[in-house]
Amino acid sequence: MSFTPDIRLFSCHYTSQQSCADEGHELEQLNFPKNVKMTRVVCTGKLEEMTLLKAFEDGADGVYVVGCPADGCHNVKGSQRAAKRVEAVRSALGELGVEKERAKMFFLPRGLHPEFVGAAQEMNERVTEMGPSPF
Amino acid sequence: MIIAERKPLAEIIEMVQDCKKILVLACRGCVTVCSAGGEREAEILASLIRLGLKKAGKSAEVFDASLVRQCDKEYIDAIDQFKGQYDAIVSTACGVGVNFIANLRPDDHVFPALNTTFFGASAEQGIWSEQCAGCGHCVLHFTGGLCPVARCAKSLMNGPCGGSVDGRCEIDSEVDCIWQMIYDRMGRLKRQEELTASAPIRDWSTSRHGGPRKQVREDLTV
Repeated sequence: MSFTPDIRLFSCHYTSQQSCADEGHELEQLNFPKNVKMTRVVCTGKLEEMTLLKAFEDGADGVYVVGCPADGCHNVKGSQRAAKRVEAVRSALGELGVEKERAKMFFLPRGLHPEFVGAAQEMNERVTEMGPSPF
Repeated sequence: MIIAERKPLAEIIEMVQDCKKILVLACRGCVTVCSAGGEREAEILASLIRLGLKKAGKSAEVFDASLVRQCDKEYIDAIDQFKGQYDAIVSTACGVGVNFIANLRPDDHVFPALNTTFFGASAEQGIWSEQCAGCGHCVLHFTGGLCPVARCAKSLMNGPCGGSVDGRCEIDSEVDCIWQMIYDRMGRLKRQEELTASAPIRDWSTSRHGGPRKQVREDLTV
């Protein structure tokens, strides 16, 4: 049975600059999965645990966050704070008997880098393998 | 303040598995400060209960709200605004709050979302340590302000015991020997001589040994 996962990405404003290139078409040309819905935030440190859980409640099969390198966040500790919240969600998923890998934190450089597309493709492959969310 | 931590989700979900309308009720007192049961934690827990029940093939309306405190009658009365909207309350207050709701709402189902752990203080962000045991007979004036009841594994009144090594407790080398700290502190305060007097046999009836405790202040009752 074919399955196209619903994947939600919450990304730092800086690390997702690539989404603005070529009037927003560059990511598509680089094979950024169309089923990854991106929300850009001013800083991933602003993300609440509840925002990530709400995505699962709204039907996401996988949720991931892309922030600045842990030691190079524009707002000093923003991406470190985000990683703590992602870890809290992963822990809660584990408690509920759900694969922790449905949530993940990525630390990526700012600007235009292939890793941004790579992270989306990695999540897409991983969640596709796991199948639909049990929620 | 009172320190607490969330119970395992499986335990909480088992409590409410047959409920159809669940109120997750936060407390804006101590458990907010220790990030265990404030508004934010109640909102998260409500979401996790919804997800957990859904995964189990059950459905329920789960919503969250908060009270200023759950240890005063006038604040408990605010629960009435949700009358008819819940068939169970999951309280994210300490055990006092859960008991108080049970006392004042005899027909309501109330479940604890937290394990209440101790009276403590913020050692640093995200870390709390026990400082007081609420024993009802404070001896801090004899010990330089450091509590041997709460902070000595044996609650010794004439410590340290023979297990203290290099200022650490024998139960765990990460735990300070509070009696070592008391002696050092009293020395700094030039009061170490006071520690040569033996503390008398202690009356523990003011602690839990005397059963549930109650305090009446005639000057405040009306």
